Amino acid sequence: MKNYIAKRILTTIPLLLCITFICFVFINLIPSDPAEVALRIRQTPVITDEAIQAVRLELGLDDPFLLRYLNWLGDSLHFDFGVSYTNPSRTVLGEIARCLPATLQLAGASLLIVILLSLPIGFFCAVYKDSWFDRLVRGLVFMTTAMPAYWVGLLLIWLVSIRWNLLPTSGAGSWQHLVLPAFTVALTYISTYIRLIRNNMLENMKEDYVLYAQARGLRQGTILVKHVLKNSLQTCIVAIGMSIPQLIAGTIVVENVFAWPGLGKLCITSIFNRDYPVIQTYVLMIGTLFILFNLIFDIVQALADPRLRREAE
Amino acid sequence: MIKRLTKNPIAMGMLGIILIIALLGIFAPFVAPHDPYEGNILNKFATFSWQYPLGTDNLGRCILSRLIYGIRPTLFLALITMIGTIGLGALMGVLAGYFKGPVDEVIMRIVDVMLSFPSQIMIFAVVALMGADVRNVILANIFIKWAWYARMIRCNVIKYRSRNFILYSRCIGTRETFILTRHLLPSIASELAVLATLDVGWAILNISTLSFLGLGVQAPIPEWGAMLSEAKNVMTTNPIQMIAPGVAIVVLIAAFNLLGDALRDVLDPKEMELS
Repeated sequence: MKNYIAKRILTTIPLLLCITFICFVFINLIPSDPAEVALRIRQTPVITDEAIQAVRLELGLDDPFLLRYLNWLGDSLHFDFGVSYTNPSRTVLGEIARCLPATLQLAGASLLIVILLSLPIGFFCAVYKDSWFDRLVRGLVFMTTAMPAYWVGLLLIWLVSIRWNLLPTSGAGSWQHLVLPAFTVALTYISTYIRLIRNNMLENMKEDYVLYAQARGLRQGTILVKHVLKNSLQTCIVAIGMSIPQLIAGTIVVENVFAWPGLGKLCITSIFNRDYPVIQTYVLMIGTLFILFNLIFDIVQALADPRLRREAE
Repeated sequence: MIKRLTKNPIAMGMLGIILIIALLGIFAPFVAPHDPYEGNILNKFATFSWQYPLGTDNLGRCILSRLIYGIRPTLFLALITMIGTIGLGALMGVLAGYFKGPVDEVIMRIVDVMLSFPSQIMIFAVVALMGADVRNVILANIFIKWAWYARMIRCNVIKYRSRNFILYSRCIGTRETFILTRHLLPSIASELAVLATLDVGWAILNISTLSFLGLGVQAPIPEWGAMLSEAKNVMTTNPIQMIAPGVAIVVLIAAFNLLGDALRDVLDPKEMELS
């Protein structure tokens, strides 16, 4: 087991290096000259060639590519991501830190909704397979895969906020602001997990241990909850864990529909303002999260499932 | 296989819907009742009428005409994206699966790296880097998404490459290119068709999302996502405006998804008994 974990962690390191390298190349591909940008940030009135040369020396822009990458990597490890191009008085780290809580709040609420809704619905769909409830849910699940999240968001704003006047249309502040965006983010994941839980349970219900439990005369409810559901949940928990970074990244569209002041909105605003350091840091952050969560839940899965544990050994 | 396909009512129905939509898009100038760009500001937010079957938008433009003209960017950009993604994916997948060895190793390591990043965010990053533009959106989609198809196609190629008919063909000294194009490609063609169909739905969703955010097709061009973005601004005064493009997107994507599922069932009769 230890070997497996060590191996898994070691394979993660080149991936992390890869994503940092891609992010670094990304900022080097931008059309503007970094020295010129630096001068503009310092509000130098006249940008001359000599000034640019001086800054190039000062920032080490004439160093070899690999050396600059290593320097940048060192800075990033100290959470020093530079300053925003559009607003030089703010550091990128500060901007991210300002927007992160709102996004985490939104992603957390969505995760809660996903778990609370998809678990019971998936369970009942499997238990009452081919009943009217199952058919209805399957229809809805199919519809949500074809519906763009932003359109669902618009419809919800119109129906709930404008027609019924129940919840605020956009912005942040109270829990009422959170309901609609969180539900919109959750929707696609709910349908994924309903399908996953339903199929897992249906597969498990065919297993021999269920037949044996029935033969022992256990009540159907006990068998379903204690045996079938428990065994089906394992893969679901791992899948949900791995989709947490996706959930955080997935808020990008919804935040713009609901004017939610989080990372997604910051990212889109930065794209329009060509504020490259912010975009770079955002991509770096989500990429790192993605890799780390994959690592953690791979290990969790291996620890939780005795069959995989034996295989790993 | 074609025969079984024609017997499948869902597949034929969805194919019909897609064909009708595509034809409407191709013959848009003859079908649309009005010019999609010509606005009549005095007649904005008009409700349903014979003259404007779906009403008019915030600039007094005919929504039905914009919807019909919108098929062109929405559907055809998605098709271009699909051809690019599947093409690149198939090329890499076939190369990796067929030649094995170092070629396979190099391609699959690249694929592994590509797959370990969140695709949605990478598309945003590429668009951010190259600037908000339709061409860049398509390139970003192809660039980010090919790896996934390369892996699937490689699996299929490996399944066929040691089959007897290909081994025999190689024994009698057939050229590699002949084996690739005449034996291998037809074998994996049906699986490619399923992947391609499902990918179109995904591409429509993605391109329209980027257009909605203002990063893809730009404002006056009637793309469905961009139309929804305009409708969003006048949501309180004229909510009806956002219904038509949204429904159109759902119908088109659902048609492609159902067609893809039906194709898969036709290809693999065992699957049908399970579901």
